[in-house]
Amino acid sequence: MSVRRLAEQQPETFEFTPENQAWLESQIARYPPGRQASAVIPALWKAQKQHDYWLPQKAIEKVADILGMPYIRVLEVATFYTMFNLEPVGKYFVQLCGTTPCLLRGADAIVAVCKQRIGHQRKVTADGLFSWLEVECLGACCNAPMVQINDDYYSDLDAESFGKLLDDLAAGRPTHIGPQNGRQRSEPFGGLTALTEFYGADGKSGPLSDAQAAAQPANPAE
Amino acid sequence: MAKIIVDGIEVDVPPDYTLLQAAEAAGKEIPRFCFHERLSVAGNCRMCLVEVKGGPPKPTASCAMSVKDLRPGPNGEPPVMFTNSPMVKKAREGVMEFLLINHPLDCPICDQGGECDLQDQALAFGRDRSRYTENKNAVENKYIGPLVKTEMTRCIQCTRCVRFTAEICGTSDMGNINRGEDSEITTYLQTAMRSELQGNVTDLCPVGALLPRPQNFRARPWEYSKTPGVDVSDALGANIRIDARGREVVRILPRLNEAVNEEWISDKARQSVDGLKLQRLDRPYLRDNGKLRPASWSEAFNAIAAKVKATSSEKVGFIGGDLSSVEDLFAAKALAVALGVKNVDCRQDGAKIDPANGRASYLFNATVEGIDQADALLIIGSNPRWESPVLNARIRRRWRQGGSQGGDFPIAVIGEQHDLTYPYEHLGDSPDVLQNIVKGEGFGKILAKAERPLILIGAGVFARDDGPAIAALAAKLGVKGDWNGYCVLHNAASRVGALDIGFVPGQGGLNAPAMAKAGALDLLFLVGADEIAIEPGAFVVYVGTHGDRGAHRADVILPGAAYTEKSGLYVNTEGRVQMTDRAGFPPGDAREDWAIFRALSAVLDKTLPFDSLAQLRALLTRAVPHFAGIDQIEKGDAGALKLPAGDISAAALVSPITDFYLTNPISRASKVMAECSALAKSAALKQAAE
Repeated sequence: MSVRRLAEQQPETFEFTPENQAWLESQIARYPPGRQASAVIPALWKAQKQHDYWLPQKAIEKVADILGMPYIRVLEVATFYTMFNLEPVGKYFVQLCGTTPCLLRGADAIVAVCKQRIGHQRKVTADGLFSWLEVECLGACCNAPMVQINDDYYSDLDAESFGKLLDDLAAGRPTHIGPQNGRQRSEPFGGLTALTEFYGADGKSGPLSDAQAAAQPANPAE
Repeated sequence: MAKIIVDGIEVDVPPDYTLLQAAEAAGKEIPRFCFHERLSVAGNCRMCLVEVKGGPPKPTASCAMSVKDLRPGPNGEPPVMFTNSPMVKKAREGVMEFLLINHPLDCPICDQGGECDLQDQALAFGRDRSRYTENKNAVENKYIGPLVKTEMTRCIQCTRCVRFTAEICGTSDMGNINRGEDSEITTYLQTAMRSELQGNVTDLCPVGALLPRPQNFRARPWEYSKTPGVDVSDALGANIRIDARGREVVRILPRLNEAVNEEWISDKARQSVDGLKLQRLDRPYLRDNGKLRPASWSEAFNAIAAKVKATSSEKVGFIGGDLSSVEDLFAAKALAVALGVKNVDCRQDGAKIDPANGRASYLFNATVEGIDQADALLIIGSNPRWESPVLNARIRRRWRQGGSQGGDFPIAVIGEQHDLTYPYEHLGDSPDVLQNIVKGEGFGKILAKAERPLILIGAGVFARDDGPAIAALAAKLGVKGDWNGYCVLHNAASRVGALDIGFVPGQGGLNAPAMAKAGALDLLFLVGADEIAIEPGAFVVYVGTHGDRGAHRADVILPGAAYTEKSGLYVNTEGRVQMTDRAGFPPGDAREDWAIFRALSAVLDKTLPFDSLAQLRALLTRAVPHFAGIDQIEKGDAGALKLPAGDISAAALVSPITDFYLTNPISRASKVMAECSALAKSAALKQAAE
């Protein structure tokens, strides 16, 4: 965390697209009259998505005007949440988790790759493809270390797989969202060591159906 | 009522009292930074921690927990709280240590030093030394307006200023951006605050983060001599404390008066102090061959005496100013009576207010406190935000409380549309809609149903030809049983007092606009009257303080005393008599106005029957007894409120104030007010362009 300011280079205007405007109105309609301000976070979020993943000053003012809020109140929200980017980000915006579990599992190696491939934090590469930011826990500790790129989690990374991921993104090749080491989710890496009767030895078959479960002996040891 | 035991003292308090208030009821003071009686509860400084039994088993923020939230003891004993137990002491020490982690140790160069809550409370409740050797956090300074200087590193994020601008001012200028240790208090992208009450944030700030910019590095709080006074920049009569260092008035602070200004004053009241030193008249002047030259008092008096001899009493006139005290005008009127002059008027704007219609016809009859009880409000031809910002804040507070029957507090405006900081229904620019309202149409329905309707009439209304007719309709709407909601909001601090002593033309006398006409008079005395243009012809004697409009036109200038330099009575718009004390002496040869008239009367062989202010006041109270009741309101008789009906024209209503910051000679001389005025104008232009 550090002091966040609005970007120095700002676009002249900001307007919601008709679709986003309609979507925003549906969000505002969820709240009682006079409580439109409750829709400020969805509104800012939509504005950010529409505007290359960062919030210009005019978008903050637009949201304030739509919701009937003083500008400063919207600025407070936009600067409070780090998910709102106040400065331009790369086409692929890497949010790297640097909190304890990820760090223990080698997040510093990912940081090194970022520094080498992308450069300093918050700086967009010359081709406009990448920028990165170290953030606090993103809640995927079972798959540490991990990064969030735009809306997707890429986890179980190491320097090599993360480098390859960046290569694929840069080249426009399809990527595999989720664990990069062959895991499906957060199951044990080498297969199940317990409850194999229920889940299968590979652990990928999922829980048994009710009928299968009924057919199991009451006590597997017998 | 709920019982609670505070440090062994049992007190009985309303159940919605906070623990902090309950402790105060028991005589125990609790330290606080973020808590303020007139703002919402934030509970973020944690300085007010106390120990409670019957609540959470940890220190509790006493500002944010009410008495009714505590459970009674196992046998039904009242809940117990401690304000001086070891747990409380430790908690306070801990909070104070946290607050001081990033607070700079610059008390010796901080203007707040000596009147700093943090300094005082660190001494009383803090540890004796710091355990931190790490670097302190530094915060960029912000521009938030011409009146407030910031030193944001000192800020402890109590958010009082944020809540003040949002709740009291209604402009929501300030906010808390970023978070955690990066929290910063600022305005939106460092624009200037837009409120006319913004100077109050410097009083609210418990540390030296927000300081009054014009008083930057001027004096230490203990160096001031402090004099209670009354503000004259508008007709509200806000109570002020005049702080002088030596002979110089350095700053003006609000003084608590729940019935008038609570604890706020407008920026004009606070920061036109530098106008008390600039453009001042410090010696008599005499016009020779078209140019003013310094003269002695006797020279000036002799010149006036020659003019008085050369003319008749019908060709002599007196115009009273907006800032004059009652004593000044009383002395001037006494001189006029002695000279047999009937051309006497205090209504420079030509207001058609006749004191013969009774005191109720020109008072804010519902009183300022009465705004809190009103259940509907109609504003006619006034912009209260500029005519009296503190009163406007009171209306805003009434609006925030909502209607008495649920829903919104109904407010309607006839006249110009301004941002009054609360929503209102605009009924039109012209007063002829009033006819329909009296008939009970539109907003008239709401007024008819209201038990305590408040009809606020701007001073500008009375300057119109149809002013009395509009007032007559307003009186019909406002008076209901015991409630008199007919309320005149004056702009001139002296106006009600002057009307009380009858500073108006006698039988056959000319009023102020007629006196100003070319050829109407031979000799005209302006008693601090600067708001009226005097046409060529008359020999003008100006008794006043500043080289303003009146002095430029004058043939003889007699230097008088400003409101901080004399003891005087002022009557505010609700009819409350208030006395101000002398904080310093007038500059150079200047004298108090009443003394000037007394001295002049001797030269004219019409010696007035008083030699001291006390004697003058004795005469004054004999003539008008209610002046003896300081800080009291002599109510006008609502039954006598029968104003002549008449035709109402369709011309649009306009507020007489076009620039809030420049309305009197003192504020026009002030550099700070000029800066504020320029800023407000450019902001208005910008808004118009968008």
